[in-house]
Amino acid sequence: MGVGAWSKNAVQTMDPNDLQSVWLTFKLAGITTILLLLIATPLAWWLATSRKWYKGIVSALVALPLVMPPTVLGFYLLLLMGPHGAVGALTRALHLGVLPFTFTGLVIGSVLFSMPFAVQPIQNAFEAIGRRPLEVAATLRAGAWDRFTSVALPLARPGFLTAIILAFAHTVGEFGVVLMLGGNIPGETRVLSVAIYNHVEAMEYAPAHWLAGGMVLFSFVVLLLLYTLNPTGRQK
Amino acid sequence: MIQVRFKLERPDFTLELDTKLPALGVTALFGPSGSGKTTLLRCIAGLERASGSLHVNGEVWQDDKAFVPVHQRPLGYVFQEASLFPHLSVRANLEYGYKRIKPAERRVQLVQVVEWLGLSHLIERDDVAGLSGGERQRVAIGRALLTSPRILLMDEPLSALDSRSRQEILPYLERLHRELSIPVIYVSHALDEVARLADHLVLLEKGRVIASGELHETLARLDLPFAHFDDAGVVIDAVVAEQDETYRLTRVDFSGGSLWVGYVNQPTGSRVRARVLARDVSIAKIMPQSTSITNILAARIVEIRDEASDKVLVKMMAGDSPVLLSRITRRSRDLLGLAADMEVFAQVKSVALM
Repeated sequence: MGVGAWSKNAVQTMDPNDLQSVWLTFKLAGITTILLLLIATPLAWWLATSRKWYKGIVSALVALPLVMPPTVLGFYLLLLMGPHGAVGALTRALHLGVLPFTFTGLVIGSVLFSMPFAVQPIQNAFEAIGRRPLEVAATLRAGAWDRFTSVALPLARPGFLTAIILAFAHTVGEFGVVLMLGGNIPGETRVLSVAIYNHVEAMEYAPAHWLAGGMVLFSFVVLLLLYTLNPTGRQK
Repeated sequence: MIQVRFKLERPDFTLELDTKLPALGVTALFGPSGSGKTTLLRCIAGLERASGSLHVNGEVWQDDKAFVPVHQRPLGYVFQEASLFPHLSVRANLEYGYKRIKPAERRVQLVQVVEWLGLSHLIERDDVAGLSGGERQRVAIGRALLTSPRILLMDEPLSALDSRSRQEILPYLERLHRELSIPVIYVSHALDEVARLADHLVLLEKGRVIASGELHETLARLDLPFAHFDDAGVVIDAVVAEQDETYRLTRVDFSGGSLWVGYVNQPTGSRVRARVLARDVSIAKIMPQSTSITNILAARIVEIRDEASDKVLVKMMAGDSPVLLSRITRRSRDLLGLAADMEVFAQVKSVALM
C-alpha cells in the first residue's frame, strides 16, 4: 500500500470534523507557542538575572502547572473568566463577551498551562551563559539591548529550540484544561485530544486509532527532533 | 592621569582607596589574591559599582551624580580568560567592538591588529573553541584594541595560560607597550610579568594601596614585600652597546655601568630590560681579582635590612640612580663590616634579559 492510498484511507476513515480538529489543534499550538515566546523570553531573562526577593514566588507560580492536574487549572480559569469571575466581568464590561468555550479562552488556558515548558529551558539557557560574555560585550561598547540581542539570544539558542518544541508539543497534547475550559465545540474548541475522546466514547475505534496513532508518531518525531537538533543542550 | 577614589564594602573585604595612577605606559596593580586588584580594575571599568569618584584624563567617569555605563567608557578590557564569543568567528569577534564605535573614532584598524598580534592565520577561523589558549587570548587583546580604547585594562591576561602560551604571548604585550601609546593598567600577581612589562607599580593589600611608584624604585624598596620575595630583584633598563661574536656575549650599558649578558640578537642602540635577582648578587669590599664573574659593578651601599635570622638584604646604588639588591648572610655582613654609605663591588652572577 503506497503512501497515497494510505492517506486516502485515512481521509475516508476520518470525517471532516476530525480534520478540522487536527487543524484547530495545530493552530492553537502555533498561536500558543508564539505568545509564549513573547512572554517567556523577558520572564526567563528576569528570572535568570534578577536578585529580587520575590523571584522565588514568581518561579513557583510559573512552575505550578507542572505539578497541578490540568483540570484544576481549567476549573479556576473557568471560574475566573466566566460571567461571575473577575476577568469575565472585565471582558463583559469591554463588550468582549466571556472567554470560556471560545478559542481565545483556550489560547489563554494553553499559554498558562505550557508556561513552564517555555520559561524553564530559556531561563536555564540564559543562566548557563553567565555574566562574563555580557560583561565582555559591555566593554566592547554594546548597550543593554544590543548585548541581549547580539550575545544572550544567540547563545541561548538551544534553550529557545527546546522551549518552542516543548511548548508546541505540550499544547498539542493537552486535554484537561481544554475539557474544563473549552468544551467540545467543533471548529472552535474541539481539539485532537477531545476528538479522540469523543470517538472512543462513541465506540468509533478506527478514527480514534488514526488520530491517536498520528499523535504517537507526531510526539516521537518531535522528541527525536529535540534530541538530534539539540544534543549539546542536554550535555550542559 | 587617572584619579581614583573608591569605597566598596564586601562581606569579606573592603576596598578603600584614594590614589592617582599615571595614564601613561604600563601600570601594574600587584598584590596577593584577595587584595582587591581585580575589583579595583572592575570598578574602573564600571563593571562593579563602588561609591566614590573616577576621573580619567580629566573626564568624569563616575562621581556623586554621574556614573558612565560601561559601554560608554572608551576603554578596552582583557579578562583573565579570553571569553571569546563562541557563536562568532574569529573575525566577527575582532570586529564586534570595532563595529560599535563611530567610524571617526576608529584609530586602530583590523589589519594593524592582525599584524601586531600575529593573527593572519587565525582570522578566517570559525571555531574559536578550537584555538589554543594563547591564540584565544591574543584574539581577545586584538578585540579590545579594535575599540581604539583610550585606556587598556588587563586582568591577569596570562594567568589562565600554561607557561608555553605565556612565553608566546609576552612578546606581543611588550610590542604593544612599545608601539601603542595606549596606557595600560595591568593586574598581576606574578612578579616576573610585572618586572618585564610595567613602568609603574601599585601594591595593593586588603583593598588598600600600600605603595605606588616608579617600577625600579618601588621594586627595590626594602620596606615593601617585593624585596623580600624569593625572586626579589631589580629591573635595569639598558641599551645594547657591543656585540662580542667570539664569545657570543652582548654588552648592555645603563647609567650605573655596563653588564655583559648572553648574546642578544638586536642591533646596537636597542633598548632592553634586564632583571638582576638579589640572590645572584654578592658583595666584595675590594675589587675582586681572578674571578669567573664577568659583571662587577662599583656600588655604594644605601641601606641594609635584616630579612631572616640568617639573611640580610643590601640595597646599593651603582652610579647615580639604578639600584641593586643583594641577599647575603648576616655573618657575611658582619665579617665584612658592611654598613650604609660604604663603597663596595657588587658581583653580578647572572642577568636575565627580558
